[in-house]
Amino acid sequence: MKDIIKPKDDAEAIQMLHQFNEDLLPKKFGKIGVTWTIFLCLVIANGLFCYYKQLKFGLSVTGLGDQVSWGIYISNFVFFVAVSLVGSLITAVLYLLNVNWRSPLTRIAEVIAVACIVFAGLIIIVDMGRPDRILNMFIYGRIQSPIVWDVIVVMTYMTISVLLLYFPLLPGIAFCRDHLKNIPKWQKWMYKFLSFGWKWNPEQFKIVKRAITILSVLIIPVALSIHTVTSWLFATTFRPGWDSTNFGAYFVAGAFMVGAGAVIAAMYVLIKFYPRYDQYITDKHFDRMGKLLVLLSLVYMYFTVNEYMIPGYKMKGEEAAHLTELFVGKYALMFWSVQIFGMIIPIILLMFKKFRRPFPMFVIAICVIVGAWFKRFLIVIPTLLHPFLPMQEISESAKSYSPTYPEWSITFASLAGALLIITVFIRYFPIISIWEVAEERGIEHDVIYKHLNELNEKE
Amino acid sequence: MEDQNKNNEDNKTPESNESGRRDFLKFGVLAAGLTVAGVGLQKVFSGEKNSDEKASGEKVKVLTTDGKLIEVYAADVKKADACCVPSAEARQGIPGKKFVMVIDLSRCKDALKCQKSCEKHHQLPEQDKWLKVFKMQESEETAPYWMPKPCFHCDHPPCVKVCPVDATFKRTDGIVLVDNERCIGCRFCMAACPYSARVFNWSEPVTPARHENDTYSPETSTPRKKGTVEKCDFCPDVIRQGKLPHCVTACPNGVYYFGDQNEDTVTNGDTTVRLSQLLRDKAGYRYLESLGTEPSVYYLPAANRIFPFKDREIKDEKKEESKS
Repeated sequence: MKDIIKPKDDAEAIQMLHQFNEDLLPKKFGKIGVTWTIFLCLVIANGLFCYYKQLKFGLSVTGLGDQVSWGIYISNFVFFVAVSLVGSLITAVLYLLNVNWRSPLTRIAEVIAVACIVFAGLIIIVDMGRPDRILNMFIYGRIQSPIVWDVIVVMTYMTISVLLLYFPLLPGIAFCRDHLKNIPKWQKWMYKFLSFGWKWNPEQFKIVKRAITILSVLIIPVALSIHTVTSWLFATTFRPGWDSTNFGAYFVAGAFMVGAGAVIAAMYVLIKFYPRYDQYITDKHFDRMGKLLVLLSLVYMYFTVNEYMIPGYKMKGEEAAHLTELFVGKYALMFWSVQIFGMIIPIILLMFKKFRRPFPMFVIAICVIVGAWFKRFLIVIPTLLHPFLPMQEISESAKSYSPTYPEWSITFASLAGALLIITVFIRYFPIISIWEVAEERGIEHDVIYKHLNELNEKE
Repeated sequence: MEDQNKNNEDNKTPESNESGRRDFLKFGVLAAGLTVAGVGLQKVFSGEKNSDEKASGEKVKVLTTDGKLIEVYAADVKKADACCVPSAEARQGIPGKKFVMVIDLSRCKDALKCQKSCEKHHQLPEQDKWLKVFKMQESEETAPYWMPKPCFHCDHPPCVKVCPVDATFKRTDGIVLVDNERCIGCRFCMAACPYSARVFNWSEPVTPARHENDTYSPETSTPRKKGTVEKCDFCPDVIRQGKLPHCVTACPNGVYYFGDQNEDTVTNGDTTVRLSQLLRDKAGYRYLESLGTEPSVYYLPAANRIFPFKDREIKDEKKEESKS
């Protein structure tokens, strides 16, 4: 395992900075990158077409009914909110704890957070019966509704996340502005505009670092509230399966777990397609993220056991039907697959060092992410199929729920949309923060300025 | 019955307004033939406005729900479509009232007349039922019974609590309504309602041609709106006219009692009784009282039933077969 190589003197530091610039500044996509982007665009286009149909014919194009009135749009929303929490974990919690190995991972985490929270907001609009009346939320909004709380925290979290992505990126954009040659005019203009006249001034660094510290402190309570409030959308109702005081903690724990999984998956993809990136995202990072994922999964398992074992022990009237369906009924296969492949096996495997390597971890991370998506399906849907009153006098089709083609298309389009934001970001911005990596290796800021000034003189 | 009709008509004369009691329901002409005299049946609207017309003594003949022809003052006849209260007023409720319903399970034989009448008056398609009649059976050993279930118009309505835009609201007269012109279709109220009372317009609702030009009011919920939630509304438009909700008048077995809790009086159109006494004598209860939602709908247990229980399932299956 490689340790961080620190430069011996300024000359070596400048040499290293050159190398960073060469390795980490955004590059044009190869064939795979372009194909991937086109694929995402096609998935999104299909989703948009289906959404157009939904607008025209109403939510009747979905598999929803008066019993299961919330479906995969809502479970997907919960999934997005969950993944977006990782931004606060890696960027803020680890930053405030002075965990220095986090620096090449912060921007990956933050861009995932921004992409997911944007699509959490969009998918909830897709679920609305009257998206044309969205302004009613602001005209008639009532503070006692958990939906209003959710709108407030989602928007706050989105704002802080964007700032927490943007402020540390400012020097990165300036790197692009100053060093990327042979790029189209609009791209030059974009860097110029987005870098806000960054001048490599020590004062500016000071302000940026101060802003990051403030935002890191701010984002933690907001991150915790965003997912807690999302859990309250369910926990504030009377329904068996949702009526749980454990829900907030359970949701937050699950969110950190899937978020860490998402970062691990992204790390692997990056080192796979950018060969030089393994100098920055090393086996050591995978090892540490693996340990972190075990810790988060154990916390999640604790809340999962609380959530299901205690009601399962009592088997109280209304809860019993719901739990039976999960444990041994119609949803048993999904329920146990999610618990075993999405939680228990990852925990066991990641305890062994030989599994805390890039490829096995990538596979485990994918299991965790897919498991987490279906876990949220299991939280939302089976509960709605177990109301207090018997399911009578409704059509047969309303007594069960299976998502329709348009519903899947729109859901996949939202997932593709989040991936597209991340993909486009990687294409145009340094996904590994150059100045933070330099800092991690003990390169002083004035050396960075010296290097940059030299470069500018050369031109 | 003839005598009752006569008494009732007497009761409808302007003199009865002088009986110092506060206004109760005016049942209007439809229910008139069915009511028992002497229980302070008066009008929601002050009689003064109509006193001139009444003085003229002009009478008209109308048909009651049970097919009797009776004669009443023309001034008492209100046209159903004349009622359309604007949204702001519909949010207030009828002053001084607190509407309650009592459902006598011992009288229900699953005739479903209530449901048909409800569907007709609210322009509902067959699959959207505001009023459901459940086959209930607490355990294998206990006897099954039919349980009609409208919206409970709870005093602590979980649906109103969670609505982000105040589209569903609780009125001063206890009625919970939906403003379909404000509803954003988030369906949180559907998730929050423990009684599955709410239905959603998943596609564009079909409005009968003759209703196409109706003005929308939360009191009628029609014309229905796509992408919004709706539910049983206790028919506030007909209550405003002093009549009973459609399910109450349609029921052939007097299952439904409707009335004003402030007046402590409810009627099923046939008998008018003290609410408190009815609940005391027949051991009234509210469904899932433990949830603390304080429903406005009471049940009388299915004891000493007047009809034997006859299962419906065969009928349903046939229906489904013929459909497919």
